[in-house]
Amino acid sequence: MSQKDLNLSLYKKVYLVRQAEETLRKYYPEDEMKTPTHLSIGEEAIVAGIAQAMGENDQVLSTYRGHGIYLARTEETDRFFAELYGKKTGLAKGKTGSMHLHAIDQGFMGSSAVVATSIPVAVGCAYANKVAKNGKLVFSLFGDGATEEGAFWESLNMACLKQIPIIFICEDNDLAIHTQVSERQGYRSISEIVSKYNCHVFSEDTTDPEKIYALTKVAVDQAKTTGSPSFIYLKYYRYLEHVGVNEDFNANYRSKEEYLKWFEKDPVKLQREKLIKMGCEKDVLRLEKEINQQIETSIERAKMAPFASLDELKIDVYAHE
Amino acid sequence: MNKTYCDAINEALVEEMERDARVILYGLDVTDHKRIFGSTRNLLEKFGTERCFGTPLSEDAMMGFGLGAAINGLRPIHVHIRVDFLLLAMNQLVNMVSVYRYMSGGKLNVPLVIRAVIGRGWGQSFQHSKSLQSIFTHIPGLKVVMPSTPQDAKGLLKAAIRDENPVVFLEHRWLYFVEGEVSQQTDEIIPLGKARTLCEGSDYTLVATSWMNVEAKKAAEVLKKHHGVSVEVIDPRTLYPLDSEAIFKSVQKTKHCLVADYDWVNCGFSAEVAAQVSEHCFGDLKKPVKRLGFAHTPCPSARCLEDQFYPNAMDMIRVVEKDLSLSPIDLSREEFYTYENKFKGPF
Repeated sequence: MSQKDLNLSLYKKVYLVRQAEETLRKYYPEDEMKTPTHLSIGEEAIVAGIAQAMGENDQVLSTYRGHGIYLARTEETDRFFAELYGKKTGLAKGKTGSMHLHAIDQGFMGSSAVVATSIPVAVGCAYANKVAKNGKLVFSLFGDGATEEGAFWESLNMACLKQIPIIFICEDNDLAIHTQVSERQGYRSISEIVSKYNCHVFSEDTTDPEKIYALTKVAVDQAKTTGSPSFIYLKYYRYLEHVGVNEDFNANYRSKEEYLKWFEKDPVKLQREKLIKMGCEKDVLRLEKEINQQIETSIERAKMAPFASLDELKIDVYAHE
Repeated sequence: MNKTYCDAINEALVEEMERDARVILYGLDVTDHKRIFGSTRNLLEKFGTERCFGTPLSEDAMMGFGLGAAINGLRPIHVHIRVDFLLLAMNQLVNMVSVYRYMSGGKLNVPLVIRAVIGRGWGQSFQHSKSLQSIFTHIPGLKVVMPSTPQDAKGLLKAAIRDENPVVFLEHRWLYFVEGEVSQQTDEIIPLGKARTLCEGSDYTLVATSWMNVEAKKAAEVLKKHHGVSVEVIDPRTLYPLDSEAIFKSVQKTKHCLVADYDWVNCGFSAEVAAQVSEHCFGDLKKPVKRLGFAHTPCPSARCLEDQFYPNAMDMIRVVEKDLSLSPIDLSREEFYTYENKFKGPF
């Protein structure tokens, strides 16, 4: 892939995530999407870079802040918005809402809303791939708060002990809901601790999706050649409140100045400027127009779609019932 | 062929792992020299470390690991030498394993078996003695199985391994020594959700779970001998899905029902059965449904206190006598089960 194509592909992902979330913010106050949303705005470079580095058959598991990776991986918005509206055409027929996104056909094996719970599941998926020798890699996404949970350490230990190829990705936004990392962690550096395990450790503090893509590619190659797990530590800034669609700088647990500093290197803005410098303005405008259209159409379809029939409540609890 | 319950479990594991290369088995101590009281012996030697392995002391993550492996093509069996340790994995079990199929809109199945040893051993007090089936049975998305005979242990474990849903499989420590006829047909499975009538009777229905069936059969024998009372013992075998019809049919015949559950009584499985029987057989019942279970205390260690904690055949006999207005017979010459005959510990 040429550098231009790569950057356009990354821009498509960051812009799709941003625009889908901004559109969600616009419609959310109508109170028709009756589901708690944890928005990905600010996180776009990470999910775009990772999704770009994932192979077609690779797999990913994520968290309740999963809109970003869902959109970056699938690039689809019909089933996504339908699920947020609770409709039959949603990816789980209205059963999961915003917090448990998945796209099994595209290897997105699920998201969980209890912190760190999808990490051991990702290790199990990766073990099954190792046994099947199918070459599929699993990406496990979680936040900095998850590294305070036992499940994270148990999973890391198991993956390193059994040398299960998997990419752990810690997305550190400094916050667990509203609590700063300084009030939660009694150690200096998670990467330093993880580096004592039998795995490869990478870290990067950037909002450039191209850099994250390049780093992830190195981790992927390492995992594929050595069969060992990789741990990637990435920083980002959560622009909005923990849950919901609004800013909350007036709540005083963080400052607007901090946000403004991060916004100077906003991932969507940076990637757009980069492409324009490369002479791709026409492509950028075309992409944006297409994505805007795609999102508006998906919202319309979702609003029009019916809810599932009431007997859907009891369907899919057990297989063969 | 006569086999012990423990051997029947081992046979089911070997046969299923031979039949299906996707079946793997793991858990703490499954490959050490004791092999989970012998139930996992030969598996490592026959199937290798990829399909049979001990794990770090990480019950919670290893439960999630089983879920991940199950949705990605394997059929894992996660073994817990004591159900008490399974509590460390309740987050994964209740928040993840049980909901995953629903979450996926039916696109993913979770063929995961969770074996756990339950119940009384040898003065083990309160952290190596629980049963907890009522808690597991409360959770939608899980199936719960409690075999009480060697044949059922084998046939139901095979069914659990072949099931596409997560199945909690609870094995009483004392049952490991029980011997019985076990079919050598490798394809003979016992479907989940079917009760078994352990002995037929016409005067009184005794619904019992796990070890309580051993006690119930003894109680039935004594009641027949001394009072001429004919007791029907029903072992549900699967707590979810529950074969309620088999229980109702029996109660409609006998007009009496005692539920002897191997768990705490309060909000327990015995309450569920009593409620269902009361709702469906109210007009048939001559007396309210009775219940027996653990005392509402932690389990103590000393033998005399332990005997107070766990219900037994004598307690069942007294309940039936009272219900049928019979005077209590002298039980001092009856021989009841005592673990000293079989079980010397230490675990």
